[in-house]
Amino acid sequence: MLKYSFKRVAQSAVTLFIVVTFVFLLMRLLPVEGYFGDRYDKLTASQREAVLHKMGLLDPWYVQIGGFYERLMRGDLGTSSIYRQDIPVAEVIAPRIPYSVYFGLVATAISLVAGLAMGVHMARHKGRFWDRTWTAYVVFINAVPLAVYLLFIQLYGSDLLALPILFDKHRPISWILPALSMSLAGIAGYAMWMRRFMVDELNRDYVKLARAKGLSSSAVMVKHVMRNAYVPMAQYLPAAILATISGSIYIESLYSIPGMGGLLVDVIQRQDNPMVQALVLIFSSIGILGLFLGDILMALFDPRIKFVKSEGAR
Amino acid sequence: MDEASVIVKAEAAAAASRGIDPSLFAFADFDREAGERIGYSNYSYWRSTLRVFFRSRLSVLLLVSLGLLLLFTFVQPLIPGQKSPTVIYNDPATGTQYRNVAPGAQFWFGTNSIGQDLWSRIWSGTRTSLLIGFLVGIVEMLVGILYGALWGYVRRLDRPLTEVYNVLNNIPTTIILMLLAYILKPSFRTMVIAMCATGWIGLARFIRNQIVIIRDREYNLASRCLGTSTGRIIGKNLLPYLVSVIMLQTALSIPGTIGWEVFLTYIGLGLPVSIPSLGNLVNEGRRIMMSPELRYQLIFPTLVLSFITISLYVLGNAFSDASDPRNHV
Repeated sequence: MLKYSFKRVAQSAVTLFIVVTFVFLLMRLLPVEGYFGDRYDKLTASQREAVLHKMGLLDPWYVQIGGFYERLMRGDLGTSSIYRQDIPVAEVIAPRIPYSVYFGLVATAISLVAGLAMGVHMARHKGRFWDRTWTAYVVFINAVPLAVYLLFIQLYGSDLLALPILFDKHRPISWILPALSMSLAGIAGYAMWMRRFMVDELNRDYVKLARAKGLSSSAVMVKHVMRNAYVPMAQYLPAAILATISGSIYIESLYSIPGMGGLLVDVIQRQDNPMVQALVLIFSSIGILGLFLGDILMALFDPRIKFVKSEGAR
Repeated sequence: MDEASVIVKAEAAAAASRGIDPSLFAFADFDREAGERIGYSNYSYWRSTLRVFFRSRLSVLLLVSLGLLLLFTFVQPLIPGQKSPTVIYNDPATGTQYRNVAPGAQFWFGTNSIGQDLWSRIWSGTRTSLLIGFLVGIVEMLVGILYGALWGYVRRLDRPLTEVYNVLNNIPTTIILMLLAYILKPSFRTMVIAMCATGWIGLARFIRNQIVIIRDREYNLASRCLGTSTGRIIGKNLLPYLVSVIMLQTALSIPGTIGWEVFLTYIGLGLPVSIPSLGNLVNEGRRIMMSPELRYQLIFPTLVLSFITISLYVLGNAFSDASDPRNHV
């Protein structure tokens, strides 16, 4: 197990390195206007070149990337050029992290509970009214673009439920709509997964045996079927939580939640290159972290998975 | 005369009395040649697929209405008396623009905040978005198939292609899209390139996994021993297994593309406002959505958009089910 973890850490580190380098090199293609802010029009061409030179942007790419990694090791993500001029990026981002994490966790919790319940409900009523109703919901959520239905939820949800249309950190009631919006897609995903899992699993021999030896349906569910659902869940969950944290870009921006996703939209609209770069790197690392944690958790949960090759194994 | 032939005779007589040809009940002679003949059923993959697909009334209904809608979208500019989607209309009486005119006889779906005809803008926008969708869908399909087939089939390429996959798969799709759209300037081409960049990944991974599973089955081994070329093995022996998933992914990539377009437009990285598209229309509608009497500008484009995406999604799933040989009778 320890050996496996080390191997997986090393593997993730390599992937992270490649991803960061890849993104950094892509960033070199950014329009240079994004490094000047509103000064761009006031400067002459040679002044602009001087600024770029001072920022090291005219150096060959391998020098740039070396300097970038050196600064990264010291925790320096660069300084914002437009959004909050000359303030370190880390300082701008830090106060925003709690909002993203909070909404990510709450939304994942809601989608997990509601989605699994919905999936079980669907499997129990397979082919009948409730199954069809929830399937219609899943089809709707998957087919209609997120950017469209969330707009309508904000518009009519706030009217019908008399909830505030924008986020306000002093009014907890305004947290409801964004948290619900964030969990809708997750609910659909978990429900479909759970339904399929249940339908497959209930036809298995071990379920028939458990029923034959006299266990009640609910005991079969809790003691046998649900147990088998833990492993895929454990692998999937960390990535799901982190995906909600980074995937809520649209919702954070829609409700003006001061989180990292909304910030990314802001800095893209205002063309603040150092901020875009830092945020893109953070979001990419989050993705890698999610997959890594999932694999480790799965290893802990699943007794069938062995990580050290035993004698004679393939 | 043994017992069996007595029974046969009796049954033949009974059959004859019911008007059935008694010769059908005579013993057949053993024929060595006939025993060697290979059985043949006139099963045709595509015919069965279509039969299963058209059995569902919902699919047929959606297919027909979607077909009519698409036809209308492309025929609409040819109908006489249609307004231009980009011209700003002025009121001849006052000389000012027709701003936010409610839906009526002159402007069927009303006008937007600068006096353009919403009806023709919606159809023009649908054309743009569908064009992007189809282009991206086709490119994703081709790249996904090619990448997946090479990745699964050619052992030497496994390591490098897996690494490329890891990098792309580890960065959230949203981020890749935003980054590409930000680096390239907003235009039709940017849109297509950015969306093609990520959509093929899922398809490629699926194809790779399937190919790894079936590439070493006996019939492929036999093919290889007979000297069949790699290209032919991939095309003839492996791809037919994958048709259902390829069709599904391609059908779903069109609604997906439309969704991404709306999202990119929202964050300001979409098509230039001079080109009507569903994303631009929804975004224009979003800006004025706080005044209830103007909400028609958001609702009309959304209705068309949702109808297209939902029917493509349902049809894609139905067709994928139908093209799975296990669902054929």
